[in-house]
Amino acid sequence: MLNATANFLNKTGLTWFVPFVRLVQGDDPSAQIKNILMMIGVPIIAMALFLGVWHVAASGVQTSLGAIPGPAQVWEEAIGLIDEHHAEREKAVAFYERQEKRNAAILERNPQAEVSIRPYTGKPTYFDQIVTSLYTVFTGFAIGTLIAVPLGILCGLSKMVQTAVNPLIQIFRPVSPLAWLPIVTLVVSAVYVSADPMFSKSFIVSAITVTLCSLWPTLINTAVGVASIDKDLINVAKVLRLSWWTKVTKIVLPSSLKLIFTGLRLSLGVGWMVLIAAEMLAQNPGLGKFVWDEFQNGSSHSLGRIMVAVFTIGFVGFLLDRIMHTLQLLVSFGENEQ
Amino acid sequence: MTHQVQKPSHSAIKSAIRGIVASTLIAVGAMNAAHALPEDVEKPDLKFGFIKLTDMAPLAVAYEKGYFEEEGLYVTLEAQANWKVLLDRVISGELDGAHMLAGQPLGATIGYGTKAHVITAFSMDLNGNGITVSNEVMEKLKKKLPLQPDGKPVHPIQAKYLKEVVDDYKKEGKPFKMGMVFPVSTHNYELRYYLASGGMNPGYYAPKKGDTAGTISADVLLSVTPPPQMPATMEAGTIYGYCVGEPWNQQAVFKGIGAPIITDYEIQTNNPEKVFGVTKEWNDKYPNTHKAVVKAMIRAAYWLDADNNKNRKEAAKMISASNYVGADYKVIANSMTGTFEYEKGDVRQVPDFNVFFRYNATYPYYSDAIWYLTQMRRWGQIAEFKPDSWYMETAKSVYRPDIYAEAAKELIAEGKMKASDFPDFATETGFKPAQDDFLDGIVYDGSKPNAYIDSFKIGLKGKDEIK
Repeated sequence: MLNATANFLNKTGLTWFVPFVRLVQGDDPSAQIKNILMMIGVPIIAMALFLGVWHVAASGVQTSLGAIPGPAQVWEEAIGLIDEHHAEREKAVAFYERQEKRNAAILERNPQAEVSIRPYTGKPTYFDQIVTSLYTVFTGFAIGTLIAVPLGILCGLSKMVQTAVNPLIQIFRPVSPLAWLPIVTLVVSAVYVSADPMFSKSFIVSAITVTLCSLWPTLINTAVGVASIDKDLINVAKVLRLSWWTKVTKIVLPSSLKLIFTGLRLSLGVGWMVLIAAEMLAQNPGLGKFVWDEFQNGSSHSLGRIMVAVFTIGFVGFLLDRIMHTLQLLVSFGENEQ
Repeated sequence: MTHQVQKPSHSAIKSAIRGIVASTLIAVGAMNAAHALPEDVEKPDLKFGFIKLTDMAPLAVAYEKGYFEEEGLYVTLEAQANWKVLLDRVISGELDGAHMLAGQPLGATIGYGTKAHVITAFSMDLNGNGITVSNEVMEKLKKKLPLQPDGKPVHPIQAKYLKEVVDDYKKEGKPFKMGMVFPVSTHNYELRYYLASGGMNPGYYAPKKGDTAGTISADVLLSVTPPPQMPATMEAGTIYGYCVGEPWNQQAVFKGIGAPIITDYEIQTNNPEKVFGVTKEWNDKYPNTHKAVVKAMIRAAYWLDADNNKNRKEAAKMISASNYVGADYKVIANSMTGTFEYEKGDVRQVPDFNVFFRYNATYPYYSDAIWYLTQMRRWGQIAEFKPDSWYMETAKSVYRPDIYAEAAKELIAEGKMKASDFPDFATETGFKPAQDDFLDGIVYDGSKPNAYIDSFKIGLKGKDEIK
């Protein structure tokens, strides 16, 4: 029981709680307390030191927008953004009420009239921007995975495909999102024409840019993973005369899954970084646009709000990485167990 | 309820008749307004673009005060990165319409830059710009300037003093660089007008040779920077000054990085500024929608100027929200409430700094369109001579007072506005009387564009072409 809980916490990345669980269950208290101090005390002290240095250093830097905000001001801006979110939601409620009244009036004049409830037209709040960014990054990442994993498997299995694709990987992998963006924008504008599009163009542009920049780690890791499968396993497949498909699904995929997930984890990290840059440059909705808008506003709140965004971007990136890490541990079950 | 029976008295009959007459009138009024019911709008979901400038206020007011919704329009307002992106998105249909520079519909229609037939039926404001120079230039300028007894410079600062500073820079081998916001922007023409009035050549365009930089034979090199980035670009030292709309001149004062030397009000009293632009195709497809939009915006502009600007503080608060202009309230309020701060502490009264409705500000005058075309010709964007009739036809295909008049008449019929709020549509020709309110004293008569072009000392005239 004890070990199962600890195992679960380790897997999910909630390692911090392991000593607490052990402590509660009375497993060697002094060692656990030492553990707790090490795992929680040290980061807390480091964080406090960081905040202290920030607080002192910030007030010394005068920009044309005023002094750099310290931790306290940034916290206030965060609260301000939450308040704005609630205020906007109240406005949305009023908006829908007004609409219903207006529709009722229209129906009174003409019972056959077609009326509908339109979505709220107000500004997206900070939380809406976070959701937009997450949605975009996952879409781009999913498309990237769908391309990179099959291509990586082919590369790993066949020396010829590997040799053919390798130069392309080498050339395109280091290209910055800022270079892809204009090309993607122009191509999407030319190709994606529809009177009533299901997705907005800006969303497609951001997502494809994320795809183009983030598929490389998955592709490379998949290829490496597949190429380095134990020769014995491949020989087994030969002996059993497995079909190609069975070989890929029963032997190649399971044994390279761990490296594939290493690639996916790197890809998602790259994708998240790229997305913010793309949103800033193209003014596509999301956290990047939020940062750029605030930079343009140049109000006395702008710097603090940008810092809130920086912490949000960092925190979300960290969460995404933890999720992928957990998935990776889950699929590599049986290997590397402590 | 009382059961007393009353003999109908004389006055009761009178009031009954009055009642019948009144209700008939209301019914007739309702019938008149019947073609403007919200459900007649072809496209209720709209997305309009704007640039972070105080003169986008009519859009924000029409949204926040519910004028759009009363017309059955569900509008989303979206800030755009720069004027080019904004124009391209209107043309591609991503935006239904936008807050535009007056030169943009004209430039697009005659094919300067992007080619597309863009029209306007609503002029968004008068004035609202300024020319700002960096602290360094201001210091040099102050040594040349006449000063008031209190030590502050005499305003407006004439361009001839700036010329002395520019000449000093040139002697040191440093080209004098300034920013404006777009090649066909009001700001480009204003800055050029100002510089030329002081004997400086701001440079010519030569589109036939593929030159779109506009710096041929220039004494001052002008380049394009999006409005909100102006202060940061000047702070970085890339440009020494700029011409831009509010609040980006006042922002320079608050940031302590520069000082405005003149407002556009002092270059030309009540000069036309932004317009609301849509493509001709969009207008033809959604005529009722367009009319409804213009109606909502006329009401917004009226609200902005009503009762001696009493709503201006509320408006400044409204557009200081981060999704609109986003600068601090105090920076925006500075110019929106009839004052202008030239240097820290040097606040002067400019009651008409931003005009949204007075002086028929919202009416799209042909003569305003033609003025912009004369400036395009003057600086070579229109590469060759065009007859007066061409200026007239171009203005008529872009400026659409007919749509404006329809919208205004509906507002009058609905009792939301008075006929006296508008020009007399029966007699209005679309031409303002000859204007003599430019700082160099040259008189502009919109009906004689070529004669006007020929009256400038600096600039292309007659059959001149850049070879």
